[in-house]
Amino acid sequence: MTAAPFVHRETAAPAWRDVPVAPGRTAPVAEATPTRGAIRIENVVKVYGGRSGAVTAVDGCSLDIAAGEIFMVVGPSGCGKTTLLNAVAGFHDISGGRISLDGQVLCDSARPQAPRGSDRVVVFQNGALFPWRTNLENVIFGPVMQRKLSKRDAIDKAMDMMADAGLSGVEHSYPAEVSSGVRRRVEIVRALMNDPKVLLLDEPYRALDALTKSVMHEALLRIYYKNKVTIFFITHDLEEAIFLGHKVAVMTTRPCRPKMILTVDIPHPRDYSVLTSKRFRELARATSAAVHEEALKAFQSGEREG
Amino acid sequence: MSAGQTPAAGGGRHRRGAALTLHRASAWFRSSRPYLMLTGFGLFLGGWYLAVEVWKLPRFAEMPGLTVVVKEWLSKDPTYGLSLYTPEYYQHIGRSVWRVAQAFTLATVFGVPLGLLLGWSKRFRDYVFPLFELLRPIPVLAWVPLAIVMFVASESAVIYLAFLASFFATALNAMLGVESIDAHYVRAAECLGASRAQVFRHVILPGALPFIFTGLQISVGVAWFSLVAAEMVSGQYGLGYVINTSYSTVRYPTIIIGMITLGVVGYVTSAMVRVVGDLLMQWRVRELALRGQS
Repeated sequence: MTAAPFVHRETAAPAWRDVPVAPGRTAPVAEATPTRGAIRIENVVKVYGGRSGAVTAVDGCSLDIAAGEIFMVVGPSGCGKTTLLNAVAGFHDISGGRISLDGQVLCDSARPQAPRGSDRVVVFQNGALFPWRTNLENVIFGPVMQRKLSKRDAIDKAMDMMADAGLSGVEHSYPAEVSSGVRRRVEIVRALMNDPKVLLLDEPYRALDALTKSVMHEALLRIYYKNKVTIFFITHDLEEAIFLGHKVAVMTTRPCRPKMILTVDIPHPRDYSVLTSKRFRELARATSAAVHEEALKAFQSGEREG
Repeated sequence: MSAGQTPAAGGGRHRRGAALTLHRASAWFRSSRPYLMLTGFGLFLGGWYLAVEVWKLPRFAEMPGLTVVVKEWLSKDPTYGLSLYTPEYYQHIGRSVWRVAQAFTLATVFGVPLGLLLGWSKRFRDYVFPLFELLRPIPVLAWVPLAIVMFVASESAVIYLAFLASFFATALNAMLGVESIDAHYVRAAECLGASRAQVFRHVILPGALPFIFTGLQISVGVAWFSLVAAEMVSGQYGLGYVINTSYSTVRYPTIIIGMITLGVVGYVTSAMVRVVGDLLMQWRVRELALRGQS
């Protein structure tokens, strides 16, 4: 965390954090840049299991994710990074520490499990589109359930967003009838329909082949440039992390905590030419040793994927 | 699969309703399946004919032959009183179908919600499931005396007996259906802001539907099974009653007519349940078709 080009703490804290914020969520700052979706993870600990087989999955983990940032978390399979995501989403409790969103505490020792809410929408590793709904019916699910939009308005909005994401033509197909790359994009659009503060992506492209993956990365960036939502993205693929992220946190394996945090100083918008650029290679080289070391540790301790 | 790029208008993938049924029927006739099916029937009937009427095997000495049964069935003046041309035949069928319909409806109305609740609520399950599992293995015939004592009218007793077995099959499958749902769907729905009631209505119910319909198919089957058992013990009219009285009055061809009729009617009711299931679960029909299992 002390490596020279990787300073980030100051920039991550939004300027208005010290100003008392009214119970609403409007921050008293007028900025062109996104002002919502800042996540602060402080000293989070997560211990699984009982007396005999307690496993410390996350220990003393602190991360600062600025509003509107793409924050990539890289670590070998089973290092505990999904545990972290589940804690932010409210699927699991934490054993210690605190997680807050835009200055409001989601969970701490007094309330160990965050509420689940549509301000933090998860896109799952294996996909969780409802197979009994068409892609369009999936996309309108959130706003219609919450009665934020009438079904008709939701359909209009969904059609626009799907068209933007290059999904015209698959609206009335069922998820099983389209490719896995299309499914992932539908799922991301379904999440964005709720106008969330944060998008939590749990290795969404893990099951895709390399070629599909490269298309998906550019598609995700295009969606991001339109929506500017905070993205908390978990992966074990370092190149994916550097290509997409403003910041890349390389995590240690069991217990999971940041080993190094890299600020990717390649300007957005990015496209695939970045992958062959000199700076990309330099950054990849600077971090790959750290990632490799953790992968080796995970391999030797025989962690199962998870 | 490049289906993602296919426009909705093109391709045969988006057939619905009647068009889909027609398409499937024509595909069926073009495959080898109908001819294999006919061959199977032919072998069975041929074996019956040869065993009873040509070779006259000792085991089948009392057994009515194929030609005798068919002649009786198609006769305008049947020797033993029951054929396609006698109104009693349809009275018996009608009475049995009506009883099964009542039992099946009751079993569905009570069994599906019970099963969904068993799968959905841990606490409810802790209360109810042990009792459920204790009652479930009791054979329907063991309930007969109690049913006769409980219900003064024999009609209600018969329906109650047919209902029992169906009810357990329906509830158990609905419960398994809820358990089969990937927990990620529930999490996703909650993330998207669905309330607990909405999760139940929009995730648990549709997610469990394939299992529920498997349960309903089993349920129709066991409804017929226990109905016939009940009709043999008590009641008047009905195909079980026909078989039982034909046995005691030595009208053997009528027994076979009753049996085959049960087979046909049972198959039709089961197919009806399957068709309703397919209509409600287009997504699943298409998914299975894509995997080549349709």
